[in-house]
Amino acid sequence: MTKTSMTTRRTLLKSAAAGGLLAASPLMGRFASAQSSAPIKIGFQQHSTGIGAAYGRWYGRTTEAAVKLINDGGGINGRPVEIVAEDDGTDPKRGAEVVEKFANQHNCDVAFGTLFSHVVYGSAPAAGEQKLPYFVVSEGHHVASGALNRYTLQPGITDVKSQVQAMAPYVAENLGKKVTMIFPDFAFGHDHRDFFTAAIEAQGGEVLEHIAIPPTETSFTKYFPKIPRDTEVIYHVMVGPAVLTFVKELGEFFGPSAPAIFGFIDSLEAVDMASPGLEFLEGTYFWEGNPRYAQADQTSHDKMFRAAVGVDDNGASLSDSKDVSTYAHMFGCWETLHVIKAGMEAAGYQGPEDRAKLIEAVEAMTDMPESDAHPQGPKLFNGKTHQVFGVQYISRVEKGKLVKVHTTSIEDTLYEDEVDYTTMSF
Amino acid sequence: MDFGPHLLLAILEGAVGAAVLALTALGLSLVFGVMRVVNVAHGEFFMVGAVVAWFVADTVAGHPALGFTAALIIAPVVAGLIAVLVDKLVLKQVEYDPEATIVGTIGVLYILQQTALMTYGPEPRPVEAPFSTRIPLPWFEWGENGFAMFYPWGLSITSYKLFVICAAAAVLVAFWLIMSRTRYGLIMRATQLDRETALAFGIPVSRVYSIVFGIGAGLAALAAVLIVPIQQAYYLMGAEPLLLSFIVVIIGGLGSVRGTVVAALLIGMSDGIISVFLSPTLSKIIATLLVALVLVFRPQGLFGTKAA
Repeated sequence: MTKTSMTTRRTLLKSAAAGGLLAASPLMGRFASAQSSAPIKIGFQQHSTGIGAAYGRWYGRTTEAAVKLINDGGGINGRPVEIVAEDDGTDPKRGAEVVEKFANQHNCDVAFGTLFSHVVYGSAPAAGEQKLPYFVVSEGHHVASGALNRYTLQPGITDVKSQVQAMAPYVAENLGKKVTMIFPDFAFGHDHRDFFTAAIEAQGGEVLEHIAIPPTETSFTKYFPKIPRDTEVIYHVMVGPAVLTFVKELGEFFGPSAPAIFGFIDSLEAVDMASPGLEFLEGTYFWEGNPRYAQADQTSHDKMFRAAVGVDDNGASLSDSKDVSTYAHMFGCWETLHVIKAGMEAAGYQGPEDRAKLIEAVEAMTDMPESDAHPQGPKLFNGKTHQVFGVQYISRVEKGKLVKVHTTSIEDTLYEDEVDYTTMSF
Repeated sequence: MDFGPHLLLAILEGAVGAAVLALTALGLSLVFGVMRVVNVAHGEFFMVGAVVAWFVADTVAGHPALGFTAALIIAPVVAGLIAVLVDKLVLKQVEYDPEATIVGTIGVLYILQQTALMTYGPEPRPVEAPFSTRIPLPWFEWGENGFAMFYPWGLSITSYKLFVICAAAAVLVAFWLIMSRTRYGLIMRATQLDRETALAFGIPVSRVYSIVFGIGAGLAALAAVLIVPIQQAYYLMGAEPLLLSFIVVIIGGLGSVRGTVVAALLIGMSDGIISVFLSPTLSKIIATLLVALVLVFRPQGLFGTKAA
């Protein structure tokens, strides 16, 4: 049975009223110059639930703020941007379904926003099949390693390989050369294991022990006795819902006689540094993708970014000081959306038929100077590997706050190309 | 770390896990023993306990011990009341039919989990421990100078973890006393033995069922309140205790308090020790293998009695 729609006087009046409203709204005037004033739809693959929920919430707020700024400035090619958010449950299988939904059901122009590396791995093939440009904000080395496809790009956040490579010299010089690594037992953790081990060996150091912990683990003390007694530096990185337990138990294990500790802020992302049990972190070091606490030399761009997203000087929400942001990662959403805007404008993007042109336009990008569009710092995009490179920060915990003590150069983070996506066909 | 101190640390960590597991599994075992209901939503009552504990601790101002003590009382009661409601609205309606109650409690599982997601949110939140002092533990060794005592690197426990072990043991003893020494225990045991005869002797079986289901959920919630200052309250935290409780109850024998405690110690300890010295995956494999062996060679469990 098919359903036929009949135009009645009432529906006719309704649509006339709606049209009138639309014409009278300020939006119409602003976007009128475009050939099509239909919104550009960006599918936002959001970790609203599951183990990535804290990141998902803040990626959402950052995305909202970036889109507001872009739309206030006239949108992209004169068209407003519309975000279509779908929860992927931080699950690879669901992730692939979400990407297909963006392409087929929502008719999105591009997809964006995935963080967890296993979800990227699960979703990227779907993006390739659907020929949907897929901008991930993930940190994983999977894009630059060549494991994915021409439709997957990472222009807004640096990858683990370049991050750890830039950390190794500082760790070896200032903290010690005998390192024990503790990391989650999945793709992201394995990137840390492989690349940091190589990088510290290049500095004349060594990794005494690799301790892999399943990401679903809830109790950690039992793993710590594997830490060799002659360890000079503990290198820790952990993700998932139990990160606070992990760091607390690490402190309880060592008590007053801890070695130097260097962590990736992932271990405490979205966690209040003032949480009970974290006092032992005083004097320890963290990698930060972007300093959580407003620093003495804060740029106007960071100030503007903080205000737009609604984050205070301590990295927490303006409305709730206990709601701590994922500050070291979420700038990636902001910068990626600005790259999409720049790419679409360079390609003269009109609709899905121009998707290949958009990818070529992004591949042609190189220098991205520090600006309101790139508040974390200057960046260098490599079109061949689809990966961006940028400065990294090292902070030290002083009086319960993270204080920036070192900024790497972009050159510290570069490595040889492992793939040339531009030679692959669309 | 040397083998000796390492083993001691593994045993202590295992004991904390075993203590919490024993309480949780006891609730599941009690419900099955008396009501013959396989409660698939048991892990979610555990989660409800943790989430309520967070709400209570967050509301009560002042010293963390105040909030924690309040949570210790309120969370099991709330979980128990929800369970009584589930008994009246779901289990009773399907007349405690074994298959229907499994499907019914699966539904309850999703309702509780999604309600927690919608109200409490998807992120894990910590509850502050009422006290948590690090206690370094000494180790003894026969060295060159004879018997010597020293403090090995990393060998320690917190006062709160010791409290968890003691509190769980106290609850288990109290539960055993109630079941074996009081009139309420007698009524529950009578209902467990023979529902029809109990009814004939004037025992209000329907009310006993509601209360037992409530106590079962309350025990899980109590275990969760004890663990939540160490871990965090999280809406997906019910899956692991459910799985482990089933393993414990199958090995120990459904409905047997003694069996449940022994099996919880066995599984909790082996999880602590095997995962430390070998691998976490192996400890799960061994636990599951143990279940298979018990089911094949002693289907009623180590301490269970053969079903009539």
